[in-house]
Amino acid sequence: MDDYTASSLTSGAHQKRMAEVVAHIIFTVCAFFAVLAVISITLYMIANGTPALFKVGIKDILFSTLWKPTAAEPSFGILYVILTSVIGTFMAILLGVPIGLLTAVFLAEVAPKRLTAVVKPAVELLAGIPSVIYGLLGLMILNPLMYRWEKALFRGSETHQFTGGANLISAVLVLAIMILPTVINISESSLKAVSPQLKAASLALGASHVQTIFKVMIPAAKSGIMTAVVLGVGRAIGEAMAISLVSGSSVNLPLPFNSVRFLTTAIVSEMGYASGLHRQVLFTIGLVLFVFIMLINVILNGILKKGEDGND
Amino acid sequence: MKKNRVTKMMAALGATALLLGSLTGCGSTSTETTGAAAVETTEQASVQEESDTDTAAEDAEPQEETEQAVEETTDKAISGTITMAGSTSMEKLANAVAESFMEKYPDVTVTAEFTGSSAGIEAVLNGSVDIGNSSRSLKDEEKASGAVENIVAIDGIAVVTDPANTVTGLTTEQLISIYTGETKNWSDVGGEDEAIVVVGREAGSGTRGAFEELLGIEDACAYANELDSTGAVMAKVASTPGAIGYVSLDVLDDTVIALSLDGVEATEENIKGGTYSLSRPFVMATNGEISQQSDAVQELFAYLQTEEGKNLITTVGLIIPD
Repeated sequence: MDDYTASSLTSGAHQKRMAEVVAHIIFTVCAFFAVLAVISITLYMIANGTPALFKVGIKDILFSTLWKPTAAEPSFGILYVILTSVIGTFMAILLGVPIGLLTAVFLAEVAPKRLTAVVKPAVELLAGIPSVIYGLLGLMILNPLMYRWEKALFRGSETHQFTGGANLISAVLVLAIMILPTVINISESSLKAVSPQLKAASLALGASHVQTIFKVMIPAAKSGIMTAVVLGVGRAIGEAMAISLVSGSSVNLPLPFNSVRFLTTAIVSEMGYASGLHRQVLFTIGLVLFVFIMLINVILNGILKKGEDGND
Repeated sequence: MKKNRVTKMMAALGATALLLGSLTGCGSTSTETTGAAAVETTEQASVQEESDTDTAAEDAEPQEETEQAVEETTDKAISGTITMAGSTSMEKLANAVAESFMEKYPDVTVTAEFTGSSAGIEAVLNGSVDIGNSSRSLKDEEKASGAVENIVAIDGIAVVTDPANTVTGLTTEQLISIYTGETKNWSDVGGEDEAIVVVGREAGSGTRGAFEELLGIEDACAYANELDSTGAVMAKVASTPGAIGYVSLDVLDDTVIALSLDGVEATEENIKGGTYSLSRPFVMATNGEISQQSDAVQELFAYLQTEEGKNLITTVGLIIPD
């Protein structure tokens, strides 16, 4: 068989063309698997997520704050859950992006070669750590620390419910660390892609290195950095395992020291024993999450397209 | 030019045929392999079953009755259907029993529906199912209508705190007040000045359902942590000062302290004796005595008495009644 293939590749234009065609067909089939997967997942989410939306009522699911799925008169309000995901992700970005961007500047511009050799692999390693490890570390290090702060802050409070440190801040910190590698890697490569002439011109005009970085390099790498931010948002909003360990998973208003539940953890934590309408509502939460991710992708495509246009 | 296109098409066709051929080739090979594997598994299974029956027979030797039951099963093949309906809390147990029973007796079909304890007992009394699952004791009027209470397992829940806590016991009222969020500090229930961190399970969990139902605080609990597994509750309580949680009795270990309730320790003996209040019987109610039921149903209850059946009950985290 091997001999045959080898000879068919070398002898004669006819066989050569045939090998080309076969390869093309295989490529096309493989490409369609991805398309098929996306289409079937979309259809599946819509088919499973919408029934509960109409059974319970769109307003009662999306804009109610009461989550009592197993009560005698169940109520399925996920407003707090949606808010938690939005605010948690936003805060993680607010914290993670500046650190990530400055690290990228350091790696691309400032760092001496020897230091880059240490920082770069460290960042890559950070990306490779499984999310459950982040969660475990958060559980063992962040939560006890947060609980100490919580006890100090709310000493003698009659209304605060003590959470043992499992709160929004812990989740945000874990998320911020988790999006670092994404932000750093993409920002760094976009900074490195900035044309050396731009940099040289800026320096030649008498601007200092730091001025050049902030006034020339970063604006020039804007679309790449925005891509990094949007991908970071995608990573943060889709993360479940790590934050399910540190966030406490009670449905509450997303205040810093409250135990909170994200869209992802809402699905993960209750899917095991949910049945009937409760289960369907969990699929609806999945659909909401799916819509969020799709929106982020649309925004990302918009940014990339705008970036291309700008370059032209 | 035209000829070239024809050749191209021919090539494409040929390629498709080749591809299809290879695909079918793969298909048939895999079918063969699965077939062979299936035969092997069946063989293994039957060997396994034989050895199982052997051990069961050996185990049962001292008890004549059980031995007889085992012999009967090997003598005549049981067939038919068993229908169950009732408690959602018994879902895990009922499904486990149905699954392993059907594996042992392939001719018997066991179906289980989960409609609630009262609905289950009603269904068994009006004859629409063979067994009514109830996660509470039968009421007197239900017994008067002919339902027989067969307790197959007992569900026990322990209330746990972190090891540094000085409180060793609570009253039922104190426990309710902690879980509904009225009591927020251990000093209010005789402990040190330490905030109470209320840990519980997620909605839909059987343990949470039982705990809230037994205390009469269904969906009135104010949890600071809703964790999705028993292990997570144990870990959180063990590592958080001032935490309180509840877990199945069978997972207790020395990383946490089990509180006594109204002065009664959470032990298997106290639960069997009926003095520890956070427990409930799992009843498989029949309409009339077991001996009046179909062979298949009788066999199911006999199966629950065997070592295998008892193991099954303990693996789903329940206590075997005396």
